[in-house]
Amino acid sequence: MRLWLSILAVSAANALLKASGPLVLGDRRLPAVARRVVALMAPVLLAGLITVELAGEDWNAVDGAQVAGVAVAGIAWWARAPMLLAVLVGAAAAAGLRAL
Amino acid sequence: MSVRDELLLGARAAIGPAAATFALGVTFGAEAVAAGWGHAAPVVFSAIGISGSAQFSLLTTLSTGTALVAILSAVLINARYLVMGVALNDSLRGGRLWRAVQAQPLVDASFVVAHRGGGRFDVVRLLGATIPQWSCWVLGTLLGVLLQPEPELMEQLGVDVVFPAFFLLLVLEELHSLRALGAAALGALVAGGLLLVTEPGYALLAATAGAVVGVLPEREPAEREPVDREETR
Repeated sequence: MRLWLSILAVSAANALLKASGPLVLGDRRLPAVARRVVALMAPVLLAGLITVELAGEDWNAVDGAQVAGVAVAGIAWWARAPMLLAVLVGAAAAAGLRAL
Repeated sequence: MSVRDELLLGARAAIGPAAATFALGVTFGAEAVAAGWGHAAPVVFSAIGISGSAQFSLLTTLSTGTALVAILSAVLINARYLVMGVALNDSLRGGRLWRAVQAQPLVDASFVVAHRGGGRFDVVRLLGATIPQWSCWVLGTLLGVLLQPEPELMEQLGVDVVFPAFFLLLVLEELHSLRALGAAALGALVAGGLLLVTEPGYALLAATAGAVVGVLPEREPAEREPVDREETR
């Protein structure tokens, strides 16, 4: 019961977090300054996600093969490879490094 | 562009991140069964919670502390959705309740896929991007619950590269200006610094502070018109 109540509580809170902005603001538009901040939210969030994924808590999760694999994916994309292929090449590079 | 086209465009752009979500779902399912959650709870949680960070947080903390602390931790880790919901609101239509409903498909990758540039979002594309994400997350969890693969196998296959690699490629597509580059660098710096003193979820929330670069007056031409992902590649 404790597990199921926890699952329901987290799921409901998650939905409420997403709903809070629209519920409070309604059709009021953000001021221009806030809109400029909002425009940068996607790249900032992605940069944070990459850092967290690669470093982990206390930077204990840093893994050379993983970092190299991500870099290879970036290079493949820069060389005009489609996104999915670039990521697969990166994953293969990391797997290859670990197999050495 | 028709609603159907926008929906398909969002779904197509999210297929890559969804594949990564599938792999992460397998890991979540396997770890949840190992922690004694049984078979139904992890799958139901993935279906109604649809949040990797909150789900892994609850999985970790529920076994080590009180339920209240575990729930609060999981909710705080997702506080970035509060910020993202505010960001999304200007692009929504209708009354408050309908806007709140439209914000529900919000997940990290779909937020980025739906961004048309300049802080404008396409709600249909947001939904289209979340459909494969949700499906892969639930199916991945189910597979993890049933098969319970060893984490070492996933690492040997390089699966741990998939998520950060997709995020890297998505952020490269978002960097249309020096402001965006500066904001992303600041976000990464804040997240990296805070990882030394706090949990990843809080570091991620604080990273959104990098967007304050946006309060600086604009000195360069307006950002490029939004480009549909993959269409130019």
